[in-house]
Amino acid sequence: MAEAVTRGSPLPEANVAFWQRLDSKWVLIGVPIALVCWLSLVPLVFLLWQSFLTPQTASRPAVFTLENYGTAYLSAETFRLFFNSVQFAAGTAIFALCLGTALAWMNERTNTPFKRLFFALSLIPLVIPGILFVVSWIMLASPKIGILNVWLQWLFNTDEVFINIYTMPGMIFVEGLHYSPMAFLLMTAAFRSMDPSLEESALMSGASILQIAWKITLKLAWPAAAGALLILLVRALESFEVPALLGLPVGIQVYTSAIYQAIHQYPSQIGLAAAYAITLLMITGVGIYLQSRLAYHGSRFSTVTGKGFRPRTVDLGRWRYFTASLFILYFVVIVLLPFLVLVWSSLQRFYSPPSWAALSRVSLDSYRAVLDYPQFWSTVRNSLFLSFTTATTVMLIGAIVSWVIVRTKIPGRWVLDNLASMPLVFPGLVLGLSIMICYLYIDIGVYGTIWILLIAYVTRFLPYGSRYVSTSMLQIHKELEESAAMSGASWAMTFRRVVLPLLKPGLLAGWIYVLIVSIRELSSSILLYSPGTEVVSIMIWELWQNGQYVELSALGVMLIILLFCLVMIAQLLGKRFGISES
Amino acid sequence: MDGRDKRGHDGGEAGASEKKREIEETAVLKVKSLFTEYASDNGTVVKAAQDVSFEVPEGKLFTLLGPSGCGKTTTLRSIAGLERPTSGEIEVSGRAVYSSSRGIFVAPNKRNFGMVFQSYAIWPHMNVFQNVAFPLEVRKVAKQQMRDRVMRVLNAVQLDHLVDREATKLSGGQQQRLALARALVMEPQLLLLDEPLSNLDAKLRDRMRTELKRLQRELNLTTIYVTHDQSEALALSHEIAVMSDGFIKQVGTPRQIYETPNSQFVADFVGTTNFIGGTVTALESGGRCLVSSPMGEIRAHAADGVVKNSTVIVSVRPEDVELSEQAPAAADGETIIRATVHHKDFLGEYLDFQVKVGDVVLQSRAHPSLRTPTGDPIYVRMKADKCVAIPSAMPPKSVNESANKSPNENTIRPN
Repeated sequence: MAEAVTRGSPLPEANVAFWQRLDSKWVLIGVPIALVCWLSLVPLVFLLWQSFLTPQTASRPAVFTLENYGTAYLSAETFRLFFNSVQFAAGTAIFALCLGTALAWMNERTNTPFKRLFFALSLIPLVIPGILFVVSWIMLASPKIGILNVWLQWLFNTDEVFINIYTMPGMIFVEGLHYSPMAFLLMTAAFRSMDPSLEESALMSGASILQIAWKITLKLAWPAAAGALLILLVRALESFEVPALLGLPVGIQVYTSAIYQAIHQYPSQIGLAAAYAITLLMITGVGIYLQSRLAYHGSRFSTVTGKGFRPRTVDLGRWRYFTASLFILYFVVIVLLPFLVLVWSSLQRFYSPPSWAALSRVSLDSYRAVLDYPQFWSTVRNSLFLSFTTATTVMLIGAIVSWVIVRTKIPGRWVLDNLASMPLVFPGLVLGLSIMICYLYIDIGVYGTIWILLIAYVTRFLPYGSRYVSTSMLQIHKELEESAAMSGASWAMTFRRVVLPLLKPGLLAGWIYVLIVSIRELSSSILLYSPGTEVVSIMIWELWQNGQYVELSALGVMLIILLFCLVMIAQLLGKRFGISES
Repeated sequence: MDGRDKRGHDGGEAGASEKKREIEETAVLKVKSLFTEYASDNGTVVKAAQDVSFEVPEGKLFTLLGPSGCGKTTTLRSIAGLERPTSGEIEVSGRAVYSSSRGIFVAPNKRNFGMVFQSYAIWPHMNVFQNVAFPLEVRKVAKQQMRDRVMRVLNAVQLDHLVDREATKLSGGQQQRLALARALVMEPQLLLLDEPLSNLDAKLRDRMRTELKRLQRELNLTTIYVTHDQSEALALSHEIAVMSDGFIKQVGTPRQIYETPNSQFVADFVGTTNFIGGTVTALESGGRCLVSSPMGEIRAHAADGVVKNSTVIVSVRPEDVELSEQAPAAADGETIIRATVHHKDFLGEYLDFQVKVGDVVLQSRAHPSLRTPTGDPIYVRMKADKCVAIPSAMPPKSVNESANKSPNENTIRPN
């Protein structure tokens, strides 16, 4: 075809080329981008709109007002709320990032024994949903019934309260622990694709292992670390379970719990909640702006080239047993203790701390009660459908979006980056609320069905998907794609045959992550579910509200075991289809 | 589809008639006043290629030579279609692949050019066979034919024994051959090489250079080669374009570039040279001129733009600074100057001499049999054809650059 059009008629060729590109590339790119715009922008519009309205009641329609912002900014509580939120979020993010980075470095970059096992184990904390994690730590460390306190009091024979989880440090500890696996995964992806010769050359320059870790590895990983810190910060700001269960009882209020309280007043102060959310949005917006600046300058950190790429590890000598024991300690604190306390509680008829007397009352009644719960099976089905569909959709959109952001020079791609990151600024509760209002007004038949939950989930987890991908994308040398183009491959072919396979480790890690967080999702679902579309986390929430702690524990234990199996399957898949690394 | 019919792939019959047809041969690649500019990260416009024009005849190896940042890679990437030029025309075998005036831009995957990248860009998730087969797979070549063609090209680059090896398990030289095989397998109209040897160690580089040359000559591939290494350029090319700051400074055969550089930049960048500042006192017949310099009168070949009384720089290569202990008889067009041996290095196959004329230090490369001790007088002979007077905008520097001497020399000593 190209041969036919040589000198005489040059224009048709250009036109054909244009239409051809329109067919494959631009449709493939355009649809996900349009989707991202819709998902990210519409809830924001409704949130803004709502923040200027008075509460709607049966007798009075909503009218325009500025009072919400007055209450949000001018009350005496404003400063305390802001300070609490920042303290909580920063503490959590820094704690989680330090923990996660140290563990990721030990696991990816050193010869710590049983690394494969540890990698598998470090994913396990993700399988404990936030609400279960908080509940189990209440059972462990509450001043009255906390097992740790009871045992320590018995050991030293005093009435002293040793650990009080209902404090700001307690909240930071629980939340930071809970988010440390996320930091671990993000940093692992970064360490994994780093050129080992950069470290080796430092080693040859006479640097010690700690110097290399500090001066080379961490410096090279800093875009990933900064990105991870941002995600953690925003997640902590959005977090709902810890502030609701640990903060509210003792009056430590952060934005999310303030929003929750505003919604659960009568009449609902949805406008006030939206005004708080706008404040959150501005704080997190700054973070996202910084992150997008990072991605621009990311190209000089691209470290995987087509040349020999075989990560090698640092020899720790005898210290490797020390790092191994750190892993074990971490595993005990983050998984074993919470899980065992749930198991213990699930075997009781009424909750009581472990003792010989309580041991004699062990039974499986609570499990029977849960399995006989009328909606149990449909709830499980809903959760599985939602999480699989969400994970797949999110990763595909994420791959294309981050390709556009990282690889192309399309002007205004930073807008797309910010749009894809926008859902980060929505606390789950507010996202649920905006989506609820949105599809009440835009009637396309999703309201009250499982599809509205899917929309919420995809929107909510889209940023994590695209961030997982762009972390990997930044580290694939662009010549690998260009050589495919020079070989005659179309954009779609290049994407399918070169980009996706090279992204596979990142994609898979992200897919697993989104799958798991979708199953655990609570704060958006709580406003969007209706009879027949309940998910597992909603069931747990209801049991907690009803004070059915033992049934909650039983359901929790089963959920944890299910999630554990999912993670194991995903791990096996990863081993079979991921790029072999050693 | 396109272009394959034009070229025979066996080097057999091509060799004999090659030499005399050079002039009549039609250019395969025509680049006309190409400008490529792009915005850098901090918003400033990078003028990567400025008014670049050249033509490459069929089967020739054309080199873009220059220091890093001179625009050579951008020019290559513009030809490849990986970079979109700002304006200009690029035509391959009469087919425009880019034309700003006619609004043509052919996507890189529709151009059918083979390219070897600096990083080789070997796909780490595919083995050797899969890497090479990819271009054919994309073109939907039948399985059996694909196998044959892949094996033939792997055979040509001597990788056929590694066909099932994982691509990441290859050595640097093997990766380079693999990248070349992948570029050749689709029988490209044009082969683009972006510093393909720069990632190899010196010995291997020499071997691969020879092999690359053999393959290029045998397959009669029209090739554009980008390098910053002047010896590679001289050894491989039919023609070289020396680039600096986005502009082509000089185009010519390796010999022309080396022996008659048209600017100080070209003389300095290609090979080592002595620079002697001076003023033209007379123009002579045969394109020669007489230059008055701090080391005396020099008879030199006048480059374009040299006029009487203009300041020039005389460039003379170390191997053209002939040394002898006895005063040689001055033949026509030769400059003979008495000097003293300032410094010398024994390098096995030759001796590096630094001789002093007044305060001017000249570098010379001499046969190791010359054993004149340091401090002794020695005679320098320079043939006029080997001394090139290049117009200089700068005031004449009295001393050559390589010797790093103070430039304010004013004693002019005739020999």
